[in-house]
Amino acid sequence: MRLTDEEKAMRDGRDGEAVARAMDLLIRYGQALGAEDFVETRNVCGTYTASTPFMRDFALAKSRESQKNPPSSQSSSLAAAQDASDLQDESGLDAVYSEFNLDSTQVVSVPKVKAFSSHLQLGFDPHHPVEMGVTPEIVQFYRRSEAMAARRGVQMLNTCTPYQVGNLPTYGEHCAWMESSAVVYINSVLGARTNCEGRESTSAAMLTCRIPNWGYHLDEPRLATVAVDLDITIDSVEDWGLLGYWMGDWVQDQVAVIDGLRATPNMPRLKHFGAAASSSGGVELFHIVGVTPDARSREQALGGRKPVELRRYGARERAETFARINATGKDREVDYVMLGCPHYTIEQIWEAAQLIEGRRVHENCALWIFTPGAIKAMADRNGYTRIIEKAGGKIMTDSCSAMSRAVPPGTRVVALDSAKQAHYLPAILGVQAWFGTTAQCIDAACTGRWQVMA
Amino acid sequence: MTPEIIQIRGRCVVPGKAAAQALVTRDRISGWGGVDPRTGTVVETRHELRGQSFAGKVLVFPGAKGSSGWSAQFHMTRVLGMAPAAWLFNRMCTKIALGAVVSHAPAMTDFDRDPLQCIQTGDWVEVDADQGLVTITRSRTGAGT
Repeated sequence: MRLTDEEKAMRDGRDGEAVARAMDLLIRYGQALGAEDFVETRNVCGTYTASTPFMRDFALAKSRESQKNPPSSQSSSLAAAQDASDLQDESGLDAVYSEFNLDSTQVVSVPKVKAFSSHLQLGFDPHHPVEMGVTPEIVQFYRRSEAMAARRGVQMLNTCTPYQVGNLPTYGEHCAWMESSAVVYINSVLGARTNCEGRESTSAAMLTCRIPNWGYHLDEPRLATVAVDLDITIDSVEDWGLLGYWMGDWVQDQVAVIDGLRATPNMPRLKHFGAAASSSGGVELFHIVGVTPDARSREQALGGRKPVELRRYGARERAETFARINATGKDREVDYVMLGCPHYTIEQIWEAAQLIEGRRVHENCALWIFTPGAIKAMADRNGYTRIIEKAGGKIMTDSCSAMSRAVPPGTRVVALDSAKQAHYLPAILGVQAWFGTTAQCIDAACTGRWQVMA
Repeated sequence: MTPEIIQIRGRCVVPGKAAAQALVTRDRISGWGGVDPRTGTVVETRHELRGQSFAGKVLVFPGAKGSSGWSAQFHMTRVLGMAPAAWLFNRMCTKIALGAVVSHAPAMTDFDRDPLQCIQTGDWVEVDADQGLVTITRSRTGAGT
């Protein structure tokens, strides 16, 4: 790869051992891709913290090995003081960071991040350990890790939708993001430029402001090669989820341009669309004529070329996709309704609150809604949390049922308004899934039954 | 009874050398939600390799799919001693590139002949990523001789 003087200096240790390890990893990664050089990025979203029992054991073993920072869990009389000092305790976390964030078997001390860095969703909601089925030890281990990340300058957005809570990339901005639903959203809807990165590459980018100049950072791979013509009106969140699920299954990782739209979609619709398309396929970028920034016209999206394949999406395709997403749904008794995949917007929480106000979640059912912590604070302030909790539902943050593998005890049948979650939950947990509108889901929560629409 | 030997050439993704039995699939592989790093086993429902372990094998596959947790899952397989011995694949993407890099196992792509056509599960495969060379040895015992 061609390296600038700055990149060589980082590789050679000018900025310390961790930055050198980060640059070394990025060079190995860039060479693997066949990238010619790096692009500068000042906007990174990744998974930085440690939250699994495996990583806790790893940290304990490494801190025992090194001896220099014995774990500080023994002798403190005041619980609060112990808590506060424990959050300062970084023993073993440097070893976890070195191995799992920088791919360095040599343990380096953890520096502050250089790029604007945001944290994605977690494997559980630390505010609801009982529902999530995690032990207090794991929550405490995570909190130590979170405190370390925060001290290093990582923004604890803790969501799969950073673009709705303080990290909204601009058109053309080079980013290094993980999380397929967020990657497809910022690439397509905002016209930012990112590939689907991983834990190690984002951690290295946070320290170096570099990422391989490959794939969707370049112009050519961003052009559409296939096209979709719409024969029906795409309007509701459900419509968009179905279209995305159908399209991803067909195009896999190709870039498609969609034409023939009659109503302009809002953010929740495009969020559900991209999440569905990146689950059934590997879609990281799409164009919609008249809506997304690189598709003022079909010709622009295709770069003036003819699509290699064109397919039409009409009533038959919609019905077939609907049947496929609902393939696991058999029993009408619903045990659990999950909303918030990707994390709900304040508009969607408002909608859910209006739908459930004055009603009660059925005694045999549970309702969990997932949203970023910052949106939850708004929902608290607006009274939506109270309305939903009064009805017997719960608003949770930081995670979701697919990430946490946590559902209410005994759950066999779930109802969802997200095609992505309907794709993952039956595979991950072996449950039956019903997919439909938000209103259908709230009805199912309140009646304990799934009503099939005529 | 002389074994059949085939050589194919490709581009080095991760340098190094390895020799092991091949495990071949025509299905793309998911990382997060698709493999169990504790055993190196494919767990995805409906996957051709479901229940089979790639630990210590030369994994031959078309490409990656699924979540951006791909690299972290294969990173874990290496820490637990369950990573593939080498990777041979057709379609490059960021998930595979990073996953192969952090697995520290030799990897290759961009072949002059399709490895999915040339290699069968159980073949002995020597991967020399430094030289861009894959040598496949197939025992002909019982294969129509």
